[in-house]
Amino acid sequence: MQHDDVIWDIIGNRQFCSFKVKTKGQNFCRNEFNVTGLCNRSACPLSNSQYATVREEKGQCFLYMKVIERAAFPAKMWEKVKLSRNYERALEQIDENLIYWPRFLRHKCKQRFTKITQYLIRMRRLVLKRQRKLVPLSRKVESREKRKEEKALIAAQLDNAIEKELLERLKQGTYGDIYNFPSHAFDRALEQQDEESESGEEEEEEEDEEDVGKREFVAEDEVDESDLSDFEDMNKLRTSSDEEEQEDSSEEEEEEMQVKRSKGKSPANGAAARKKRAYVEIEYEQETEPAPKSRVTL
Amino acid sequence: NSKMSETLEINELKGLNERLMLEETQERQKETKMEPEASSFPPTFSVSEIKNKQRRHLMFMKLKQEKRKQKMQLKKKKKKEREALGDKAPPKEVPKTIENQRVYDETTVDPEDEEVAFDEGTDEFSAYFNGLTNPQVLITTSDRPRGRTMRFCRQLATVIPNAHVYYRKGLALKRIIPQCVARNFTYLMVVNEDRQVPNGLVLCHLPDGPTAHFKVSNVRLRKEIKRRGKDPTEHSPEVILNNFSTRLGHSIGRLFAALFPQDPQFVGRQVATFHNQRDFIFFRFHRYIFKNEKKVGIQELGPRFTLKLRSLQKGTFDSKFGEYEWVLKRHEMDACRRKFQL
Repeated sequence: MQHDDVIWDIIGNRQFCSFKVKTKGQNFCRNEFNVTGLCNRSACPLSNSQYATVREEKGQCFLYMKVIERAAFPAKMWEKVKLSRNYERALEQIDENLIYWPRFLRHKCKQRFTKITQYLIRMRRLVLKRQRKLVPLSRKVESREKRKEEKALIAAQLDNAIEKELLERLKQGTYGDIYNFPSHAFDRALEQQDEESESGEEEEEEEDEEDVGKREFVAEDEVDESDLSDFEDMNKLRTSSDEEEQEDSSEEEEEEMQVKRSKGKSPANGAAARKKRAYVEIEYEQETEPAPKSRVTL
Repeated sequence: NSKMSETLEINELKGLNERLMLEETQERQKETKMEPEASSFPPTFSVSEIKNKQRRHLMFMKLKQEKRKQKMQLKKKKKKEREALGDKAPPKEVPKTIENQRVYDETTVDPEDEEVAFDEGTDEFSAYFNGLTNPQVLITTSDRPRGRTMRFCRQLATVIPNAHVYYRKGLALKRIIPQCVARNFTYLMVVNEDRQVPNGLVLCHLPDGPTAHFKVSNVRLRKEIKRRGKDPTEHSPEVILNNFSTRLGHSIGRLFAALFPQDPQFVGRQVATFHNQRDFIFFRFHRYIFKNEKKVGIQELGPRFTLKLRSLQKGTFDSKFGEYEWVLKRHEMDACRRKFQL
């Protein structure tokens, strides 16, 4: 026979109940059919022959009822009623099924049903929100990758690569006229000189043939172009105006760079570059012999 | 007395054992001395067949010494030959590096490939490369960013012109993207954080461009960089993209290039470099100065980090239903040490 009080006396107070979880303040009941989850005389499913709970399965809520008439048939002990998805309708169902049952059980069933619907709603909402995915890291893989990265960094030689790329761009002229290195301009001027001198020679030949026989009156101190065998001087005459401009621009650049530069940088090598000019010798062929100079001193 | 005798016996045994071993090694040494040139190990001999650990160890050591000796002799001989030949010596062999031995990738781009040029003329970046759009970058983070990540984002914003940092209030990316498009942003950068440190980057080209997901490592903020220069100015930097050789590399390179405005201001003398080496993309930001024609000095400013591409997706960010152009599959792709994707 089912003696609830005796059962409760044994499992609740004196001896062991395998579903009981003892904590400092309270006792909990781990039985799945417990309505409240606490270990009480009124809430223990083992020591109440007339009992009801609400449980959910895959989002569907069911009302479970146990009556003393079926206490002898453990397989058929619990009567399972599917509750409606509508909240109010389900509450009415609980009331219907548990009519004439103790107030306590009715109330607790409804409470439990409410809580269940609330957490089901929250679950559905969370799924729609952004879900954070935790990706497990494998220690071996991470350390391997780290090592590979270090080796790749060493193999990359970044500074050299960047410097090479920048110098290439400078050579190709992507920077336009911003950078005027004197030696570079010198070379360019040299090339220009070559072209001019070659074309000049051809012209001179033609002109010489034309000018044969013509008289010209020349001052004493005037310098003949043909007398100038020193190449540098010639260059200075021809390109003096250009160089002045270049010097000005490079000085401005130096000032700019000094302003923008921070500590630890060597000064812009305008002066140093000028000293290390490329020196090119160019031979000139002169058709006419230089006229003999004579100075008449009075 | 008996105990003493026992210990004596034990000691004697031990001594005997050692003497035996010494004798054996001496015998073997004598053998080697008698035949200096020939190796003392018959070809059918294997060190692993000796059961005794000490002896096996000794034999192994001897084997190693022999090999080393032979190697040194070979080297000396070669060196002598080389010196003897002088000018006629064959050129020194180039050492094998991983880059030398790289498995040839079929998707390597030829500079004159028409198909590639056509593709690049009509892909999502064509608007940028034709000068129609100016890049506008929005930088944000994952939820609840910590100080380091925020500092990193702010420094990135100084490096990339037209970049703005916004605080992520727990909004979904799919909702942020249409808002960005409405406000004419061209890029969305999301820095992912893990354990108080940035570890991932999602770079999404906005109108409907590709989304790239990178793993970020070795982030150095500005104050952690040694010998650095002053803070970068507002001039738009130049961009250097190195070693992007395959089709995939090309598309990633264009992704990076479109971050910066088309016409760099050379007055600023700043350069941002994306260097790809063995599938790791190193980002550096420098200020350069040309000392003369042949020499340039560079000074690092700005943050540095390395990226590794994890996936490239065709449309805007959609991790569930997006079409993935390329995904890193570790088991397939990391199996060969000499095969790289970018």
